[in-house]
Amino acid sequence: MAAAATCGTGAGNKGCTAAAAAAAGKNNVTSFQRKGPRASVPDSGCARLVSIAGTRPSVRNGQLLVSTGLPALDQLLGGGLAVGTVLLIEEDKYNIYSSLLFKYFLAEGVINGHTLLVASAKEDPADILQELPAPLLDDNCKKDFDEDVCNPKTPESNIKMKIAWRYQLLPKMEPGPVSSSRFGHYYDLSKRMPQELIEASKWHGFFFPEKLSPTLNIEPCSLTHGYIKLLQFIQNVIYEEGFDGSNPQKKQKNILRIGIQNLGSPLWGDDICCTENCDNSHSLTKFLYVLRGLLRTSLSACIITMPTHLIQNKAIIARVTNLSDTVVGLESFIGSERETNPLYKDYHGLIHIRQIPRLNNLIYDVSDVKDLAFKLKRKLFTIERLHLPPDLSDTVSRSSKQIPAASSRLLGPDCGVMAGGRKHLDF
Amino acid sequence: MFPELNNLLNTTPDRVEQGKLTLLCDAKTDGSFLVHHFLSFYLKANCKVCFVALIQSFSHYNIVGQKLGVSLTAARECGQLVFLEGLKSSVDVFFRAQAEPHPLQFLREADAGNLQPLYEFVREALKPADDGQAAWRCPVLLVDDLSVLLSLGMGAVAVLDFIHYCRAAVCWEQKGNIVALVHDSGDAEDEENDILLNGLSHQSHLILRAEGLATGFCRDVHGQLKILWRTPSQPAAQRDRSLTYQYKIQDKSVSFFAKGMSPAIL
Repeated sequence: MAAAATCGTGAGNKGCTAAAAAAAGKNNVTSFQRKGPRASVPDSGCARLVSIAGTRPSVRNGQLLVSTGLPALDQLLGGGLAVGTVLLIEEDKYNIYSSLLFKYFLAEGVINGHTLLVASAKEDPADILQELPAPLLDDNCKKDFDEDVCNPKTPESNIKMKIAWRYQLLPKMEPGPVSSSRFGHYYDLSKRMPQELIEASKWHGFFFPEKLSPTLNIEPCSLTHGYIKLLQFIQNVIYEEGFDGSNPQKKQKNILRIGIQNLGSPLWGDDICCTENCDNSHSLTKFLYVLRGLLRTSLSACIITMPTHLIQNKAIIARVTNLSDTVVGLESFIGSERETNPLYKDYHGLIHIRQIPRLNNLIYDVSDVKDLAFKLKRKLFTIERLHLPPDLSDTVSRSSKQIPAASSRLLGPDCGVMAGGRKHLDF
Repeated sequence: MFPELNNLLNTTPDRVEQGKLTLLCDAKTDGSFLVHHFLSFYLKANCKVCFVALIQSFSHYNIVGQKLGVSLTAARECGQLVFLEGLKSSVDVFFRAQAEPHPLQFLREADAGNLQPLYEFVREALKPADDGQAAWRCPVLLVDDLSVLLSLGMGAVAVLDFIHYCRAAVCWEQKGNIVALVHDSGDAEDEENDILLNGLSHQSHLILRAEGLATGFCRDVHGQLKILWRTPSQPAAQRDRSLTYQYKIQDKSVSFFAKGMSPAIL
């Protein structure tokens, strides 16, 4: 608040606008802000970009971050997802929790007023948006949601400030119907997102079965038809809506959230999940490369869920990981032997942070904890360190001795080749 | 550039070896700090650099370069640095048909041809100035990274041919250097990548291999660096010199120490 009081005029004063937009929720904002996003937007836009709703600059490198919709995951990724990057979610076996993360991401976009682009080959994007979870509102904001926004008779205005009385004269920051000044919200999975919020949001849908055309009149390159169409659609939206700053008519100050579901599955026309030696093995990797090129030059962030457990060729998984920025793998216990294992009874699955990008920096924020598990309750998706319950029996009967460190893919980044050995350690 | 790495490699910006191919390799960790090192090293050594950056954007390298003491924008403006930004150019190539051949032309093509347009671009960028005056010391080609070319549809042989042509033009003809980064896929059984890595290992004069620790993740030691000096043309009877160090990456530098001698442990 002190920054808001002291900075007078100056539209280019980034600290002032950021502090004004922050209201009470943020605790990381200082009046010194480094330059905004890495996207190549004109400099005059830089100062105002920091005040886009739902974003905040990273403490480490000034990168503009958006929330993934899951505050626990934001923390593990170093504050949030950087604008211009790709978040790849490796799906769990039955695509239950990965579609949940997908929905959280989109719901966060609706709450913050970002533009959405939903692409799917399985479900109609309109149906996906209907199923978004409802946000958890604070009690104060719930009251404002029904009442008039500019209600001067809020209880706080009755408190007269005795010491900092000059601040009383400043205009009050009225929160919107939802507390959108917060970064990262919690969602209630038992309720649906209110219809008026969905209708108020701007979204573009790409449903692949609708876009199939019988004749292929594009230049042949090794991308499958679905990927080419999707890339053209995304590029069109970015250009038309002005997210890359190249359209002189449109000056966009918003974030485009792109969500692509089940990329790589046979429904997109790609056969890497079907056979080991496929014809178009470069289709997916080329798609990811060009997509990343589009994202780097625009104000957008993308989430992709990919059924990597179906991909037979491990080399492709390694290449896909190298071509994505942030990679998170989900492993749910449903249907596996771990579901009945008493060690894992408190959790629903494991979450592996496979890769975090080093953006504009030599180092990156990595948490020390490598074994993370997640638990889904109705209102909360928590991610916490995997705690082994104490073995209180007389004899040593822990069944974990039967579970060796089977795959080195369980390990995070920066772990050596030998760390994922077959022997289990006996201490 | 990292002064400690310069000491280990026994080079300084004043004394730059010529005609060398340096291979950077990373396994289970991120070896991009080596790319930043060589980029700032050669810019400080007053060499003309052609940087084929296929993985990250220009501003990423620029911001890290500023931490290491070089300004990429200034170098680009005065002609010392020729920067090919892969991500941005790929969008141009893919969505709009180009009139003249673009270095990344292979993105539009179905059949993995060859990397000739890219080679022509490199050759054009590093050719000496017309007036014969040597404004810069020696030309350097920096590629980050070659494994991406495999993901984009080129075969391992095509990439090896490209490096071979570049070596002939840059290392032999113009007495310059080449530095290239290749990822080691380890147990991911990427045959094409293994072919590329083995082929380049046999041609290189210097191999820097960054690996993750065998015992897993550690906060104070980020990995291990193996340095191997080779002489490709000499008979194999001569022993190659090899050194291993462990490193920790900090905000503006990387500190190297002997195995087990990390300051955090002592």
